[in-house]
Amino acid sequence: MKKIKIFFISLIFFLYTLNLYAYSSDPRDFVTELVNEAISKLSDKTLSTEEKAQFIEQVALNNVDINALGLYTLGELRKSANKEDIKEYQIVFEKYFLKSLTSRLTDYSSSKFEVLEADIKSSNYTIIKSKMMPESDDPEIKIDWRIYTKNPDKPLIRDLIVEGLSLARTQKEEFASILNSNNNDIKVLINKLQDFVNN
Amino acid sequence: MYWKKLIVISFITMILSLHSNNIKAAEECFEGVSRSIFKFNMAFDEAILEPVAKGYSKLPKPIKIGTSNFTSNIATLLSIPNNLLQGNLKQLGHSTGSFLINSSIGILGFLNPAEKMGLTPHKEDVGQTLAKYGIGSGCYFVLPILGPTTTRDTVGLLADTFIDPFAHVTIREKELLGASGNTIDYYSVKGITAVDFRSDNIINFDSLEKNSIDLYSSLKSIYLQDRERKINNSSDSQDDWELDN
Repeated sequence: MKKIKIFFISLIFFLYTLNLYAYSSDPRDFVTELVNEAISKLSDKTLSTEEKAQFIEQVALNNVDINALGLYTLGELRKSANKEDIKEYQIVFEKYFLKSLTSRLTDYSSSKFEVLEADIKSSNYTIIKSKMMPESDDPEIKIDWRIYTKNPDKPLIRDLIVEGLSLARTQKEEFASILNSNNNDIKVLINKLQDFVNN
Repeated sequence: MYWKKLIVISFITMILSLHSNNIKAAEECFEGVSRSIFKFNMAFDEAILEPVAKGYSKLPKPIKIGTSNFTSNIATLLSIPNNLLQGNLKQLGHSTGSFLINSSIGILGFLNPAEKMGLTPHKEDVGQTLAKYGIGSGCYFVLPILGPTTTRDTVGLLADTFIDPFAHVTIREKELLGASGNTIDYYSVKGITAVDFRSDNIINFDSLEKNSIDLYSSLKSIYLQDRERKINNSSDSQDDWELDN
């Protein structure tokens, strides 16, 4: 009887963990649910910075297409670099991305969020147009979410376009500059990302 | 003298239009020099602009909003001839109406009643007008104090001072509809605009600085994307994800 009880408790915990950070498959609802949960957690004063960072990392790992983003930001080099180097790059890119993301959201202040419309670009992409309204008198911020919908059951975020500025494109052009200045040597980029992660 | 300068700018623009289509926006004219100027600009920002902006950000909100409205209203003056040159009659109405309403009912532009009436003028300059005429951006470089630019935008920046009624009144000290001023007025307004902008972006800039592995390139990308957005009057990003499936 005790074993059955432990089994059920474990099962409930496992199912809860699976559902944690799982959002709707409809791109519009997916963004709404994700952002509203993020706003609620990040503005929760009872949570420590470490707990918030852990939350951000889990949400990003489950809902951002970090692998595709890493390849996109590598530009044309992803086609010519050897597989070992790309694998090494993707491992360090993920660490870089997560560190950068948690750092950016540290000073988060509470905002209201509203999805304006969903623009289906193709079977692979839907752009969700939204706006953030800070609680202070600061102006509202327009944010477009590029959602990858190739697997309709599991939408993934590939880019955020804040007031017309694509974060992925900015990252890609930053990396391109580093690569151009170093004879397209991916090792230099990997080392720079590693330095960022270590510092 | 005025016409001579205008002819020189027109000549540069013509040369630019002949060659610009062969140059990609991302291409640098002299990256080494630009990076050195960028370092100088960063030092200038750290020593002067950022501390002033931080002090400014501590001012009471109504003063900051009023100052921001005032400088935006003056900037609208430059948008009026540019909207005309671009043939954008709707925006011409917005910019003219906004300037007239805010300068009068809005007490010299410190208030923004025009926005509540639905007038939302886009900021337009000669660089954007040249882009609308099909002139490419030319190469990218960094100017001391003024920051990132392209060949087209630098020509535009010079031309702005010839068609901007505010520059006409201040830099050239010509009287226009009873208004007069001097060079100090012009550069004071430009300086306040820069401080206001920097103050609005203290957190954004700190975050960018902290998270960039090459800040020079990040700012270059942001500048070029922002110019594209302003030229197209759209918040849609011109990225290339579709090519990557």
